[in-house]
Order: sequence, then C-alpha cells, then structure tokens
Amino acid sequence: MSLFVDLTLNGITYGVIYAAVALGLVLIWRATRILNFAQGALATLTTYIAVSLLDRSINYWFAFAAALAAGLVVGALTERVFIRPLYGKPELNPVVVSIGLLILVESVVGAIWGSADRGFTPAFSQYGVDIFNDHLDFSRFDIFVLGSVLVLMLAMLVLFRWTSLGLKMRAGAFAPEVARLLGVRVGRILTVGWALATLAGALAGVLVAPLVLLSPNMMDPILVYGLVAAVLGGLDSPVGALVGGVVTGLGISYVGGYLGSSMETVGAAVLLIAVLSVRPEGIFSRPRARRV
Amino acid sequence: MTNVIRTRGRAVLFGSVLGSLVLAAALASPSSSATVRAPAVTGVTATQITLGTTTPLTGPAAPGYDEIAPATNAVFKYINAHGGVYGRKIKYIIDNDGYNPTNTVSLTKQLVEQQNIFADVGPLGTPTQLAVQGFLNSRGVPQLFVESGCACWSQSKFPDSFGWQPNYIVEGKLLGHFVDDHLGRKKVGYLYQNDEFGLDGVKGLNEEIPSKNVVGSQNYDGTSAGLAAGLGAQISALKADGATLVVLYTIPAATALALLAAAGLDYHPVWVVSSVGSDPPTLAALLGSFSKGKAGASLLNGMITNAYAPPESQSSDAWIKLAKSILSKYEKGYHWDGNSEYGVGLGITMVELLEAAGKNLTRSGLLKTLETVGKTFATPGLVPLTYSKTDHYGYSGSEMVRIAGGGASITPVSPLYVTTNTGPIKIYKGAPKKIPALFTKS
Amino acid sequence: MSVHASSRTTRLPGLIRLPDQPLVRHLLLAIVAGGLLLWLTFSVSAFDNTELAEIGWYAIAIAGLSVLTGVSGQISLGHGAFVAVGAYAAGLMMEHFDLPLIVPIAVGVAVAAVLGALVGLPATRLRGPYLAAVTLALALAVQDIPEKFSSLFNGDEGIIVNPATPPHSVPPERWLAWITLFSALVTMVVLANFLRSRFGRALRAVRDDEIAAAASGLHPARLRVLAFAVSAATAGLAGGLFALWSGIVSPDSFSLFLSIQLLAGMVIGGSGTLGGAWWGALALVYVPEWSMSLSGHFNFSSGISANLQNAVFGVLIIAIMMVAPSGIQGWLRSLGSKLWGWPGHRRAVATGSTPLPAAISSPHSSTTSTTEGNIP
Repeated sequence: MSLFVDLTLNGITYGVIYAAVALGLVLIWRATRILNFAQGALATLTTYIAVSLLDRSINYWFAFAAALAAGLVVGALTERVFIRPLYGKPELNPVVVSIGLLILVESVVGAIWGSADRGFTPAFSQYGVDIFNDHLDFSRFDIFVLGSVLVLMLAMLVLFRWTSLGLKMRAGAFAPEVARLLGVRVGRILTVGWALATLAGALAGVLVAPLVLLSPNMMDPILVYGLVAAVLGGLDSPVGALVGGVVTGLGISYVGGYLGSSMETVGAAVLLIAVLSVRPEGIFSRPRARRV
Repeated sequence: MTNVIRTRGRAVLFGSVLGSLVLAAALASPSSSATVRAPAVTGVTATQITLGTTTPLTGPAAPGYDEIAPATNAVFKYINAHGGVYGRKIKYIIDNDGYNPTNTVSLTKQLVEQQNIFADVGPLGTPTQLAVQGFLNSRGVPQLFVESGCACWSQSKFPDSFGWQPNYIVEGKLLGHFVDDHLGRKKVGYLYQNDEFGLDGVKGLNEEIPSKNVVGSQNYDGTSAGLAAGLGAQISALKADGATLVVLYTIPAATALALLAAAGLDYHPVWVVSSVGSDPPTLAALLGSFSKGKAGASLLNGMITNAYAPPESQSSDAWIKLAKSILSKYEKGYHWDGNSEYGVGLGITMVELLEAAGKNLTRSGLLKTLETVGKTFATPGLVPLTYSKTDHYGYSGSEMVRIAGGGASITPVSPLYVTTNTGPIKIYKGAPKKIPALFTKS
Repeated sequence: MSVHASSRTTRLPGLIRLPDQPLVRHLLLAIVAGGLLLWLTFSVSAFDNTELAEIGWYAIAIAGLSVLTGVSGQISLGHGAFVAVGAYAAGLMMEHFDLPLIVPIAVGVAVAAVLGALVGLPATRLRGPYLAAVTLALALAVQDIPEKFSSLFNGDEGIIVNPATPPHSVPPERWLAWITLFSALVTMVVLANFLRSRFGRALRAVRDDEIAAAASGLHPARLRVLAFAVSAATAGLAGGLFALWSGIVSPDSFSLFLSIQLLAGMVIGGSGTLGGAWWGALALVYVPEWSMSLSGHFNFSSGISANLQNAVFGVLIIAIMMVAPSGIQGWLRSLGSKLWGWPGHRRAVATGSTPLPAAISSPHSSTTSTTEGNIP
C-alpha cells in the first residue's frame, strides 16, 4: 500500500511538471497552430541561466525569477525572429524550424556550459515530510512544485478570462482578420503568446532540474511526456494540459513502479493510443462536426 | 495533367544530374581524397604517430564521459612537449559519435581509411565498439583499451581488441564477495541498469551472493527517458522488499537519483556501488546541496565501492599529483574527478606501450609488446594489468573502499583482490608502482 | 518550345525526349541515374563507397516518409521506429539462418509493412499533431523493447550482422554501395509508379479534401492505412540495408534523433518529392562531415567542435525552411520554371490542416486555403 502511495505522490509531482510543459505547448498551439518542439530546449536554456546565477551564490529566488524573465524574453525573440517569417507557408515548416531550434539551442547550451550533469539547489528541502508517524516521499520542494504550477495555471486562467490582453489573444486565434480590423495588433499578441508559453516552459525547467539533474539534453524526455500530456488533454485546452499532465505522470509512475522502468515509454504510448482511440482530439476537446 | 507530368520528369532528371555533380564534388573535396598514399606503417612517420578515438561528446551519454578523451590527450601533449616517443609526436583525433553506433561506424571507417590512424585508442561504449570490432580486426587496426567493461574485448577471434578497465563480471564478483564475506547482511537488494553493464554485474554478484539473501531486484532503463521520471518507483519497491543493503550497478546520474529517492523516503540501506557510478566528486556535484542546512554529499557517507586506482581525493598520492599537474598544464579548465583520472591513466598506459614497443613501430609489434610486457607497465592501477596472449582484459582486480566526509575521505576496507571471469578470488599483495622516468620531467 | 510535341514524347529544351508512359519514363530515369552512380562507385575510394551506401538507405527511408507525410498528409515523427523494425527483423534472420540476402531483407520489409498497417489503423482517426504525438511516443518506446525482451533481441549489445560476401574481385564497400543504391533506385521506381497510379491520386485527394474524396467513393480510412503500410515497408527496407551497412543492430542506433533526422532530411530535400529524398540523404550524410572539417580549421576544443557540428545542422534546417521552404527539389523546380519556363511548379505540399493566421502572412505570399470545418 505504501508503495502505491509513494508512486502516486511521485507521479503527481512529475505530472504537474509535464503539465507546465503541456501548458506552453497548448498556448502556442491555440494561438498559432504550431507544435513547438523547441519548448524543452528553450526551458533548458533558461534553467542554465538560473544555475549560472546560483553558481555565483545569488539567492535562489532571484535566480528563479531570472529564469522566468528569461523565458519571456527568449520566447518573444524566438517568435519574432524565427516564426514570424513563416506565417502563410505550409504548416509543417514552423514545426521543422522548431526542431532545428531544438538542436541549435541544445548545442549552444552545451558549448557554453559543457555537457556535465549538474545538481540544482532548490530553496526547499527535498527530504520527505513526516505525517502521522508515516514518512511520505513528498517533500517541501514537491509541495512547492505543485503550488507554483497551480499558481501558473490560475494566472493563465485569469489572464485569458478576465483581462483585455487575454481577450485579444483569443480573438487573434479565432478570427485574426476581424481582430485586426478592430485594432488588435495580432502580431504583437502572438509574440506575447510565445513569451508566456516559454515562461511556462521555463518554470517546468527550474522545477524539474533538482529532480533529474541538469544537462543540455535534460528536457528531451520531459518534452515528449509534456507533448503526450498536452495531446491527452486536448491541444486546445489549458485545463486539459493540467489533467493530461497528472494522468501522464501517474501512468508513468505506476508503470515504472510495477512493471519496470523500461516499460515506461511503452506505457506512455499505450496510454496515448487508448485515450485517443476514444477521444481522437484529447479528453477536453470540443466535439467537432462528425465526419461522414 | 500532362504539364505536371512533363515538369516532374524533367525536374527529376535535372535534379539527378545536378545531384550527381554535387555528389562528385563532395567526394572530390579534400576531406575525402582518395589518393593520399599511406606511409609504410599506417599512421607512423618519422615525426608523428596518429591515433584516433570515438567517444560521446554531446548527447545524453556525454555528461562525464566527455572528460575522458581530453584528459588522455593531455597526457599525449605532455609527452609531446618533452620530446615525444622516440622523437615522434602523438596526434590524437577525438571524434564525437554521440553514443550512436551508426555514427561510430562512419567515423571509425573515416579514421582508418582517410585519416590513416595507427590505432584506435580508448574508444568508448559497448554497442558502439561492437559495431566496429569486426571491421577493425579485419583491417588489423588495434582496438586498444576500449572504455567499456564488456567481456567482449578479450576474444580469440578478435586478436586486435583489448580492454582496460575491470570488466563488469569481475567487478560484480568482487563486490559480491565483499558483501557476502564482510558485511554479513542478510537482505540484499539490487538496482541495476538494464543493459549488459548491469546484467553482467548482476551475473558476477550472483556468483558470490547466495540467492536466498537477495530480497529484491529492480532495474532501470539507461536512456534519458528511463531516468526522466527519477528512480522513486524502484527505490520504493526495494524499501518495501525490506532490503537493508542495496547494490547499485548504476551510472553516476542514476546513483545520485537513487540516493535522492531513498533520502526522500527516509530509507537508509548500506549502499554498495560499482566503480562506474560511484565517483565522489561527480556524485557530490549532482547531489548539490540537497536541502537547506544539510549537505547533499553527506548522502555518500558509508558508501562502499571498488577502486582499482588511487581515490581522487587522496591528494598526497604521487600518481594523483602527477595527473593533476599534467591536466593543469595541458587541459585548460579541466575538472578533477574520476573521469579525468581514468583518462590520464589510460593515456599513461598508452605512452608506456609506445615506449616499450621500440623505435621500430609496427601494429603487430605493438600488440605483441602489450601481450608480453604489458603486465609490467607502471600505471596508476593498484593491481597490475593482466595482458597476455590469451587475456586481453586489462585490470582484473580492485580493493573495496568506504567513503566518508562527503567524499573527502576514502579509506580501504579490504585487501586488493584479483580474479578472472570464471576463476577464484585471490588476494594481491604487490606494492603500487612507482612513477617511471618518462613522467618525472617537469 | 514546340507546341507540336508528339503525343507520346515530351521535349526538354531542344534535346532529349522523355516518353509519356510513366513506367517507361521512370525506368529510363532510373537507368540513367544508375549508370551515373555506378560510374561513381568505381571512381571513388572505399570510404566514399561506404558513404554512398549510407546515402542509399537514407534515401529509401526518406522517400517512404515523403509518401506518408508529403503525399498522404499524415505527419509521422516515428519513422525511425519502422527502420528499427526492419533492421531487427532482417538482423535476426541473418543471425539465425543462412539464406540469400534477399530473404532477410524481404522479411524486414514484410514485418515492417504489417506493423505499419497496424499502426495506421488507430491513426485513421487522428489528425495532425495528435498523430504526430502518437508516432513520437512509439518512436521512443521502440528503443526500449529490445531491452525488455533482451533474450530475443540481445538487449543493449545488439545483434551482430556479418557483412555480405561480395563476388570475387569486387571490394566489399563497392558491393555494399551497389546493393543499397540499386535497392534505392528500385524503390524510387516503384514509389513513383505507385504515386502516379490511382492509389497515389486517391491519397492526394484524401489529403486535400477528405469529405469530397469520400463523397467520390474513396475510402479515406483504408487509404490512410495503405499509406502507412507502404511507408513502413519502405522504412523496413531501409532498416534491413542499414543492418547490413552498420554491422550491428542495437537500440542506440534508433533513438528519437533518427526519426528527427529523417523528417529533417525529407524537408530539406523537399517534402512529397522522390528526388528530394536523395537531397535529404546527401545532407544527412555530408553535412556532419563538412561541419567537422570546418571546425577542424578553427582548431576548437573537441567539446566545442562537437557542439558546433550539431549547431550547424540546426541552423541548416532553420535556414532551408526560411529560404527554400519547398526544399531543395522544390527550389530546383522553381529555378527550372524561371529559367526554362517549365509550366508552373508544384506548390510545396501542405499537410491538410488550416494554415497559420492569415492576418500576419507577408503581403506577397498567398495562403494555401484548404477548407476544413473546424475553427482554430
């Protein structure tokens, strides 16, 4: 029983990290219909920026904030420089550009900071907490992980529902021509969308680094699981990103714990196929017109 | 419709003609010249010996391993600065295969056929080197000191291949022997990497540890995807099985993850770790500051591992001093840990081999020298190399050491053992070798 | 340009006539290309022949992906998985049985085709990124299966494949180049005919407008499965040849990066085109080598140089996408259109979903407007 509890807690912690990655993917998909494969690599970059600050004995919170701010900047720059010129071209092209960016950013990171695995010191203890004489594999840091992703989700929710920026972003995605006619600077809105998405990725990066050790390729599998999570939940649904993330995290944790770690990727694939067979566009997809 | 057909046909023809021209141009470019005449002994001239290697410098397998080849190269640079070997400078071409056998095949063939290397020295990885073992042996190119503990490098059908580090079965036997004889623990758990590294290690362990003592056995997938979710599940399972001692056949990243997971579960078994995954500076860096006020490296205290060279923290050791002085001069920005020590040790072995092979250097002469006098080489190893006509393994022994002080203190807790894959375990009583004259010039 | 071209031939600017019958034309092109390649294999060194052989199997794999993604409009990020299937099937056959080479290779093709059809079945309901995610997950999973069933697949160490014995007096590298290049040419002819056949037309129809295609009596689901099977079979062939070329079949050769490489190669060469497969293969084999000699000139440390090679590959992908989005083959076609007035060039292939927001498209480009019912 205790194994089950430990696996569940483990799964939730990793699950919300996949959810943060998924949220970034969903944001970009909703706004621009692009699958951003560079999401993970950009998060790795921002995490290394944070770790350079930590190496210089700078306070964790400052480094944390710097990573998030770097996420905003890097995301905006990426959209402006690499993605904007591709609008109107075949849809596969920005996806391939994002793959090219993935390779480029990871090699730049490797060249600047080296390939060595690194630890990443969080501000919270990673030592599990004791509840009712029982030791749980759930540390203060894990609580922090959960909390910060939830805060992110709430902030996004508030942004989209109740601010004019959010309204403009939704308009820009649904009906760009109309939005433009109404004075919305659609281009600028898309830049903001990318910036926010990369911020979500940056958060995922600093949260996962203490758990899996930082290296240039750290985010590769996290990106894949984040994509699985986004797709499971429905690429148009931010709520789906959270649910999909937790489901993915739990699924992988249980499979790893009970069937062995080499079955984890198989488990993820099976989970994905199973869900998509029933709901081809994810759990929270809007029902589309039936195809005849 | 016919327009489209005509266009496509023309485009394909045009494209294929152009493509052939580009291809021919590519093949004619200097890097693929087919007309360089190989000298009398490939890779050896009056002034230079050309050596090559393939190793992962990027990709998920790179962390840590990418330090080894540059450290070996530092030793070669040191020797070059002191007159070389019989007046020949060593050129060491380090190619990045990213631990992908597809790349290893192309790069190794390129090293042999275009860059005319004399020998492939210190290439890394098991599947990567298995992919080229047949090729290298068929061309008579020495495949020396493969950085892998597979038992594959000592086979009579591949006489040009040689290992260097203790192979995983031997290591497993020695660790298992120590666990069974000295630690008296009845409940042993295994956590091993699910490939030949872990599987061979477990094979060795099982030869010494009775199966009734093994209460749990977990494994993990050595790819980055396998480690992405941490090792919490496996450690939880071992804790549930009641293991009071856990043998880790893990790479450093996995060792660190296992320690972190166990600490998170308030689970404190005795850890016995393969030398592959126990390097204290590497682990300490990975563990970082595990929690506020608690030093992460303290998780290493009490860990038992095997050592076949002086521990890196023993700064008073003459070999360690030598290694550090070579690296500080010839590898800018080096990082001192087990990987760098390994690389230096391998470089020293290679240089001594070149010296012993004499001025009249040939491939067959080189291998013969290794088989006859290799066991007398003065290397940092605590046990001698075991090369002979029938044994191409290299080091076949270790002592057990205990880590304390977060890695600062590493003390032997057993005598030096030597063994073979199938033979008994014996105690080695020889003294460490002295540094040869070759390396005492400043 | 003559407008009185006879109905059975096509004129190139002033010179060569190409027959209009597809099969004959394809065979002719294949023979010409084959002749050129044969000449090359005799004129270059052993190592270059090894690289020519590598180009051969890469081209086959990329061509298969092109059929799936470019022509049928289904994004696959797991093409490398089918290469792995073909390689393992062929490798196991070669390890356990002593049969003429064609048998293990054919087994590899068959097994991959069957698995491709199986994967295609659930894929019929999935579109765009959803399909991409499933194929991605499969590509990741396929690397772990040999470890899980290590008694059969020999786990991490892999299966050793003995090289093909060449006939007397032919050097082994040249023989290998002949095998893979010949297979590649055969594959190209077969695929070209397939694409020109009613199946190919049906695939394109389904890609462009599924509802209309269904209304015209086509079966989109079956065609999608067919596309998967064909592309997987092609990948399986590439896998069997890869096993022969590399001498070992181990999981480390089939990481996600292989699928990414194949996708990149397809896009660099020109998605949906067969000629593009050759360009893509050329890029995959030679760009790392060129960037290696480039960094050799600057004498960088090995770490920097290794990362530089990858960076160059990434930059190349980005640059091609921004400058020549239809890939090299597409760019050549537009060049030919400008220089010799070839009637229009086929627009780069869309993948069947809505294009990006039209509001931000650059003023002079026209958006491809495929009609779909869904709202972004």
